[in-house]
Amino acid sequence: MANNKKMIERWSPWLLLVAVLVTWQVLCSAFNVSEFIFPSPARIGSQFMEFKWIIAGHAWRTFWVTMAGFGLAIVVGVLLGFVIGSSRLAYAAVYPLMTAFNALPKAAFVPILVVWFGIGVGPAILTAFLISFFPIMVNIATGLATLEPELEDVLRVLGARRWDVLMKVGLPRSMPYFYGSLKVAITLAFVGTTVSEMTAANEGIGYLLISAGSAMQMGLAFAGLLVVGAMAMVMYELFSLIEKRTTGWAHRGSHGE
Amino acid sequence: MSAPLAPPEAPYFVDFRDVWLAYNDELLAQNHFAVEGIDLQVRQGEFIAIVGPSGCGKSTFMKLTTGLKMPSMGRILIDGQPVTGPLKISGMAFQAPSLLPWRTTVDNVLLPLEIVEPYRSSFKQKRKEYEARARALLQKVGLAGYEDKFPWQLSGGMQQRASICRALIHEPKMLLLDEPFGALDAFTREELWCILRDLWTEQKFNVILVTHDLRESVFLADTVYVMSKSPGRFVVKREIELPRPRELELTYTKEFTDIVHELRGHIGALRKAGAVINQ
Repeated sequence: MANNKKMIERWSPWLLLVAVLVTWQVLCSAFNVSEFIFPSPARIGSQFMEFKWIIAGHAWRTFWVTMAGFGLAIVVGVLLGFVIGSSRLAYAAVYPLMTAFNALPKAAFVPILVVWFGIGVGPAILTAFLISFFPIMVNIATGLATLEPELEDVLRVLGARRWDVLMKVGLPRSMPYFYGSLKVAITLAFVGTTVSEMTAANEGIGYLLISAGSAMQMGLAFAGLLVVGAMAMVMYELFSLIEKRTTGWAHRGSHGE
Repeated sequence: MSAPLAPPEAPYFVDFRDVWLAYNDELLAQNHFAVEGIDLQVRQGEFIAIVGPSGCGKSTFMKLTTGLKMPSMGRILIDGQPVTGPLKISGMAFQAPSLLPWRTTVDNVLLPLEIVEPYRSSFKQKRKEYEARARALLQKVGLAGYEDKFPWQLSGGMQQRASICRALIHEPKMLLLDEPFGALDAFTREELWCILRDLWTEQKFNVILVTHDLRESVFLADTVYVMSKSPGRFVVKREIELPRPRELELTYTKEFTDIVHELRGHIGALRKAGAVINQ
């Protein structure tokens, strides 16, 4: 009985997906919706198969550009998070500015980046980076800054330096926050890359979306969206797997004690 | 205050001479002190308990004793030396066990050895030896078989035992406990009283126990101090002359409850004077 329930839970996202696709197809066929306005899943599928090598090329470009921006975001986010999480002064100085920066729409940076770096890889990588480093930084800083005062006393009385406390307690404690933030940041990075490619690239899924749209190839445009969504989801699942493997102690509730 | 058991010229282990502490200069200028005129002499190996209403400066007193805070006025000598900074010879445990959830119990107990000298520099070479010591200590407090479990797999009482082991692993001369059993149920608490009693009887370190529980203080301590709130002062010193070794049955005898009642009377008097008490 309980086993059965678990099976249903595991397969529920796939069931929902199938249900949505079937409804979509039925509605498109029943009302005879034009494929140029709103393509049916069957049409998207056939266009996907037709242009699969072209899509694959653009998808690969979007993927590695996103990963480059995301890698940069991890490095910068961790370093900045470490600095503002370990020093009250840095926290007070940097945090308000960072919040203001985070509120800016990152798509607005693309024209500026084009002026600086030209059309191509540069703006896409940097947009992916700009949009995704913030959650990583905040989470590392939070993990480092929340330390029980009692534990700090226990260690300080033993002559622990600030560095000891950071390495022995702060950093391991911030790891679950870090992995949690990676899951959010990777999806944001895909958004950044795609948005940038729409105006500032001749390659990538974003470029594909725009050119398919202007050629009224709606099936192809939808197929492109599908690929970005799938890539983001796979990366999300990957990080959530790594998270479970490495910081299981923080998720003990989910798989029993 | 003279110590009946030690010769008068013997130096005290903990020696507070008219110690005052204000948390900052502003409060100092207003003559607003967290603790006032603390005079305290504790013999080597003595077990003292401090009871009093919450917010009376008990935790401040602990910070002064361990050198985490410096007094605004007065002088503190620990083991004959003036206190100038954090005292490595002390071990601390609090009401919250605050074990690290990503370390096993034995690794949690080993944490101080990774930080405090002289263990720190030899930690890598002598890890086996230290680990054996940590395991022996855990077995002594009844955690045999739980050494390699994670803290979140242990009950609250077990976590607190591990926390006390962590405070003792570097063989401190002084153990400071801030309401260590406050969050435990009555049976577990009494069990841990006996474990603490046995550890102390064996190793004879100094203990400073801060507690709300009068029975706990009378059962465990040689001397009980009652602290008042604002000003934070020691108002009563009560030597507990009950014979050792003390068994739990003692807590049901008339002599025992008389002492508890007497202390309760002092606290009640403080309360009438306007202080809030939290038991």
